[in-house]
Amino acid sequence: MAALLTLDKLTKTFHLYEAEQTIEACQNISFEVQPGEFVGITGKSGSGKSTILKCIYRTNLASSGSIVYDSAAFGPVEITTLEERKMLHIRRYEIAYISQFLSVLPRQSAKQIVVDSAKDAYEEKSEQEEAAIEMLKHFEIAEHLWNVFPNTFSGGEKLRLNIAAAMVKHPRFLLLDEPTASLDNASKVKVRELIEKLKSEGTTMLGIFHDLEFMEGLCDKEFNMQKGSFV
Amino acid sequence: MPKTLEHNFVEQAPILRLEDLNKSYGDGCEYCSKEDAVLEKNICPKCHTVHALRGVNLEVYPGEIVGVVGESGSGKSTLMQCIYFDKNPSSGACYLTPYKEGTENIFEVSEQEKLKIKNLILGMVYQNPYLGLRMDFSSLSNIAERQIAAGSRNVHEMMDRSDELLSEVNISKWRAKEAPKNFSGGMQQRVQIAKALSSNPPILLLDEVTTGLDLSVQARVLDLIKDIMHEFNISMLVVSHDLGVIRMLAERTYVMLDGKVVESGLTDQILEDPQHPYTQQLVYSLL
Repeated sequence: MAALLTLDKLTKTFHLYEAEQTIEACQNISFEVQPGEFVGITGKSGSGKSTILKCIYRTNLASSGSIVYDSAAFGPVEITTLEERKMLHIRRYEIAYISQFLSVLPRQSAKQIVVDSAKDAYEEKSEQEEAAIEMLKHFEIAEHLWNVFPNTFSGGEKLRLNIAAAMVKHPRFLLLDEPTASLDNASKVKVRELIEKLKSEGTTMLGIFHDLEFMEGLCDKEFNMQKGSFV
Repeated sequence: MPKTLEHNFVEQAPILRLEDLNKSYGDGCEYCSKEDAVLEKNICPKCHTVHALRGVNLEVYPGEIVGVVGESGSGKSTLMQCIYFDKNPSSGACYLTPYKEGTENIFEVSEQEKLKIKNLILGMVYQNPYLGLRMDFSSLSNIAERQIAAGSRNVHEMMDRSDELLSEVNISKWRAKEAPKNFSGGMQQRVQIAKALSSNPPILLLDEVTTGLDLSVQARVLDLIKDIMHEFNISMLVVSHDLGVIRMLAERTYVMLDGKVVESGLTDQILEDPQHPYTQQLVYSLL
């Protein structure tokens, strides 16, 4: 089977003009993600893990190397040089990026956030509503929170809301950016259960974590990063 | 569970395309007409010509909101005013798909045609509501003025549409006959938006619409703009020096400095991984 994502010698260097410094965030990163796999990257903070994910999502521009993603709409595409509008299409319908930080407007209710997201996947209002409620239940967001603005949510609740909003569109590829950082143990277990569930449903995932225990037995492949390179 | 929608990518031509737009105040000289001339900001050191826009290329695709950021004096407003014919560009071209399938440079058509484009294809919301509204006339008359310019003649239809638009922008019915000079800044801005929308233009130009408004009003105006985009599928070009506004509204962004576009890309990439020294400085200034 063709790989869903192939990184070849990805290198990212930040040029900071104000500080007159260059930071080499990651060098010569090469790996593959097969459809249905869960690939994990671990490493200390500052080792360049997030940079890899952000390059794949095009939040960061790669300095050199290639990232080939096998898109449903376009076939294999080179993400580093893909037209902006095609990248936006892929972000909207194919790849989801999930971190524990809310990336939505603070003045929308939790339910509305998921419904809005569902607009990309369902045509009828009733279907959008139904899909959103199913997701909120699925990710165990208590019903009394549905009509609350999520900036009052706990870290774990925000994370689960983020996942619910992303998953309601059924993305084929999930990027998880330290989904367990700053969560207590009980919440971590919940997140782990979620990931196991998504995996059993066939979602391809690439996740980064700084704590190794959490990853145990979950990943199909595991890479450890130190100072910008795999070891 | 109902079946999810299929999504095929549709290749589309940009609805608005700017090519090599230049605007200078002054005649220019041999020195500053060269491509690689070094200017003091945007002023020629020899002949003191101000080059407000230098070779701007920009595209807006159907149904998208595109942001333009830059510090004051970078040429953002000049750009908007050139597109809306408030200023004559020195050279360059602009093509709009809704106008003759984008085959004609709108800067070169007759004044009459320009008026038609202004009334039917473009909508403009100015930073200063005094530029976009007649302050002594009622809000309804203001909207009617544009409707008449766009060809409406039926008073009942015009009234109904105005009422609808004003309620869309949350101006209560009992204030519709009042003159905008009595309104708060945020309300004036919302009347301006209603006026711009009244002729159903496919392209909306927004020039610093939230500048000078307090935070809650700003949020309301921004929410309104987002709703309008979703509801009417209007393409928008949004100019702002406020990165927060751009982050909320635009998926793609152009960064301007001294009359030039120095960087463009996906908005979150511009904010998280700015490539140009000036953009980095701009992003670090974000609160």
